[in-house]
Amino acid sequence: MSLSPQVKAGAPAWLRSWHYHATYYAQTWRGSVASNILFPIFFLASLGVGVGHLVSAHTGLVQGQTYLHFIAPSILATTAMQLGEGESMWPVLAAVKWIRSYHAAAATPLEPEDILYGKLSWVVTRAFVTGVVYTIVIGSFGALESWWSLTLPFIGALIALAFSAPLVAFAARSQSDAPFAVIYRFGFVPMFLFSATFYPISAYPGYLRPLVQLVPLYHGVALARAAAYGNASIGPVLCHVAVLTVMAALGIAWGRRTMRRRLVD
Amino acid sequence: MNDVTSGPILEARDLVKKFGDFEAVKGVSFTIERGESFGFLGPNGAGKTSTMRMISAVSTPTSGTLSILGRDPLADGAEIRGRLGVVPQEDTLELELSVRLNLEMFGRYFDIPRPVLRERANELLEFTQLSDRANDKVDDLSGGMKRRLTIARALMNQPELLILDEPTTGLDPQARHLLWERLYRLKREGVTLIITTHYMDEAEQLCDRLVVMDHGSIVAEGAPRELIAHHSTREVVELRFDVESHDHVDLPLSNFAQRVEVLPDRILLYVDEGDTTLRELHAAGIVPASALVRRSSLEDVFLRLTGRTLVD
Repeated sequence: MSLSPQVKAGAPAWLRSWHYHATYYAQTWRGSVASNILFPIFFLASLGVGVGHLVSAHTGLVQGQTYLHFIAPSILATTAMQLGEGESMWPVLAAVKWIRSYHAAAATPLEPEDILYGKLSWVVTRAFVTGVVYTIVIGSFGALESWWSLTLPFIGALIALAFSAPLVAFAARSQSDAPFAVIYRFGFVPMFLFSATFYPISAYPGYLRPLVQLVPLYHGVALARAAAYGNASIGPVLCHVAVLTVMAALGIAWGRRTMRRRLVD
Repeated sequence: MNDVTSGPILEARDLVKKFGDFEAVKGVSFTIERGESFGFLGPNGAGKTSTMRMISAVSTPTSGTLSILGRDPLADGAEIRGRLGVVPQEDTLELELSVRLNLEMFGRYFDIPRPVLRERANELLEFTQLSDRANDKVDDLSGGMKRRLTIARALMNQPELLILDEPTTGLDPQARHLLWERLYRLKREGVTLIITTHYMDEAEQLCDRLVVMDHGSIVAEGAPRELIAHHSTREVVELRFDVESHDHVDLPLSNFAQRVEVLPDRILLYVDEGDTTLRELHAAGIVPASALVRRSSLEDVFLRLTGRTLVD
């Protein structure tokens, strides 16, 4: 093993971490296809077509949309959230505690921040690709009415990042996976159900509506609908984007601290 | 890289590592020369792993100065880590992926181009005798094979300095010997080795020089033979009596030895000629249930310096 001068490929450090995740996924992707692609399509078919039939018989249109068109964007938003969540709790705790693959990475030229950015950029990549597939699917159900629909994959990526960043930060400082089940049951499941996902926010009594508007997923769902129909005004759209961006930014800032503390202290 | 061919490969002065109120490393100093194989011997909790993490340019010392490959890890951490190989205590392999992919994915972290990765992975699989398992899942490998794969992985960037934390803990004797043999070969090829261990035979086999650590401090430093010569006698007589606890054996044993150590399960007599001592004991009517004469080892050095055994 001669000590030859090192040849470099020239990739920035965070991209090398991204590449690690991508290679790993390329080997193990089969299990995730069902939850990321098929389940949303099942949801769309059963709720959109099945329940939609009932809804149109009773109330006609929802916010000017058929029920299928009404829930299609929200399923994209919830799928992006679930993807962000699924990538960020158990896998990260495994990488810092059980398998310790992030510790292995921290012994190379990578800094903890590179490992964090590699992870988050991978989540964004996955959410974007899922968003493209999903946009095509809901388009084929006829649920897209505006060129703004082309932004749906980006919206999916932003939603995934907004949930992933704080959860990665949290998982990086966790000692056990016990809190994850609590976050899932009392955070994600209610958010999935009550973020005006399956019915408009006008279905809530007036005093509950501001509360729903505090739920992060609500902004993701509303943003996805705005893109699908292309009929929203700029103010609320900016507000939704801002909420998700702030979540992502705070999550990244927190993650920089927790990753550094966990990996190099 | 002409700045590092002269001078020590690693130099530590008064290194301290604190975690909150707990002082894991209490001001250790040592110098490691290029091409040397240097050991840290001590029981679990002696501060070996904390020291390893600092000299791997991963964790930052609380105080003290450290120079690795002639550079300052605070300023050039990433550059230093690019030239080190680290074999952590746990294997940290991707169990679901193939042996080869584990090497190639890890090599990517060092920004090694793909064709080079492939070539090096082949070389290292050969070197660690894993070529025929290249496409198997890591999960299916034995403990010794996983350990060899972790070493192969640490060599992907052709490091000048290889740091191994407890390389053979948990391995069976055959797997240990194979691993030691591979480490000798690396040493012959000019790689500097740093090894932590709580096995005294491993330290004696592998290390040119070592420090003995206890409770975060270095209690002795030198070549294994030197340390034994300096801190122990030539031979040791191990006596076992048919009693509940050897603490209560009431015999004038100190008349027969330069030093006596009473352990729960045996009594050690430090002497120059073990067989002579045994004969003297018999002549005095002292008949143990079993007796064994052996050469002094680093275990005895540790016992002498700390009053405790290494592995308990």
